[in-house]
Amino acid sequence: MSRYSAGRIFREGLRAGRGWGQAWRTPNPKPAYDVVIIGGGGHGLATAYYLTKNHGIRNVAVIEKGWLGGGNTGRNTTAIRSNYFYPESAALYDKSVALYEGLSRDLNYNVMFSQRGMIVCAHSEPEMEMAARQCNAMQLNGVDAELLDADQVRKLEPALNFSPTMRYPIHGGVLQRRAGTGRHDAVAWGFARAADAGGVDIIQNCEVLDIRIEAGRATAVETSQGAIKAGVIGAAVAGHSSVLAGMAGYELPITSYVLQAFVSEPIKPVLNRVVLCPPFGTYASQSDKGGLVIGGGLDRIPSYGQRGNMPMQETVLSAFCEMFPSLAKVKLLRHWGGIVDVTPDSSPIIGPSGVDGLYLNCGWGTGGFKAIPVGGYLLAHLLAEGRHHALSRPFGLDRFTSGHLVDEAASSGIAH
Amino acid sequence: MQIFPCPFCGHRNETEFHFAGELGKVRPDTTRKVSDKDWASYLYTQRNEKGTVREVWMHLPCAELFVLERDSVTMAVLGSRPLREGQQ
Repeated sequence: MSRYSAGRIFREGLRAGRGWGQAWRTPNPKPAYDVVIIGGGGHGLATAYYLTKNHGIRNVAVIEKGWLGGGNTGRNTTAIRSNYFYPESAALYDKSVALYEGLSRDLNYNVMFSQRGMIVCAHSEPEMEMAARQCNAMQLNGVDAELLDADQVRKLEPALNFSPTMRYPIHGGVLQRRAGTGRHDAVAWGFARAADAGGVDIIQNCEVLDIRIEAGRATAVETSQGAIKAGVIGAAVAGHSSVLAGMAGYELPITSYVLQAFVSEPIKPVLNRVVLCPPFGTYASQSDKGGLVIGGGLDRIPSYGQRGNMPMQETVLSAFCEMFPSLAKVKLLRHWGGIVDVTPDSSPIIGPSGVDGLYLNCGWGTGGFKAIPVGGYLLAHLLAEGRHHALSRPFGLDRFTSGHLVDEAASSGIAH
Repeated sequence: MQIFPCPFCGHRNETEFHFAGELGKVRPDTTRKVSDKDWASYLYTQRNEKGTVREVWMHLPCAELFVLERDSVTMAVLGSRPLREGQQ
């Protein structure tokens, strides 16, 4: 892998950029690999990278039915944060933020992680009490958090609506300064380039059609480019986790929904951080290009159609106009939908699938982008060691039978 | 806005409807001992099919439950019937 650097940009500038090579190869699949990872999104590519980096396993293939990062990795609002309630979740997501903090240097690829901070507003006095509770929980878990009153929020984000006649007037909020945004494509491409440099075969336009099971063990994947034998298989297929489960014969507590997001025409800097107003279920940030990136809750109906429906669009955008009245006339540039895999407790599933030799990384729901490094880190550990990392142990599929749910949807009220 | 068919009230706006769950989930007989696995499966496991799905929906204004058959990729509605009609 030829390294990227400021000096390199200068040198390539002198020869019209002719020295830039391909960032990764396009190999044909080999008949067998030690590890086959299904899904070439952020989580799958990160898994391949950490297999090479942390475990020295290089005979690895990543199989992607479309193009790299074309699913949810390229369809999110790029927020990265760890403002969770339970210790298990805080440890998981804070590890991810920590990995993101060193990621550009680690991958030699600028993922543009901008720790601009995130404010979760509180809109009544009871909500302020819950905000204080959330703040305390985060601090006890070793995650940075500050409780703000309305004046402090106004100082940080003057574009918000502070009118007392607002539908849900702002009383204050919780600030996580280490939260922020990243560049989603760069995360996928950076992991792909670094994994490829470590020897991983990244195979695009290769759809998995079936999983071969022999004596109760998953031994190969049947793909549109032929059968590929695998020592172990990792599945990181997000919204299509249930489809894969149907092929291999295990069951999942997952429902797939559409999650929509929107981006506006670029405007001058007006929004400094990621701002979430929970009663509206809507949040926004401003991209480096100036576009307002707007997200909301799930569409109402289980769906595999990668596009949004009108009622939720109406809900999110009318809320945005109430949150930022001065931005109501800004035009949308585009909007899109991704298929997210939602679990009953809004926490991910990381661990054995129930079929030997097949491990899961799924159930991230609406919050998978922020967890890409840690999801890859933990699935790589499972594939290499065959057992849980301490961070992934609470998130096994067995928690639904034992009752040890990590119910973040109920506890921190975060719309995943 | 999409139009959904209520078997009792006819065609109405999708916002009048509420998704209740997948069709065919049967509560285990709790007068007998139910294993943790079966109970967890009843509570949490979803078929979550891609393609044609049959689901229980409620039309909120009339508060009647009914079976809606639709395509989970294209969102096309394939049919609706009262919950009590026919085999589940």
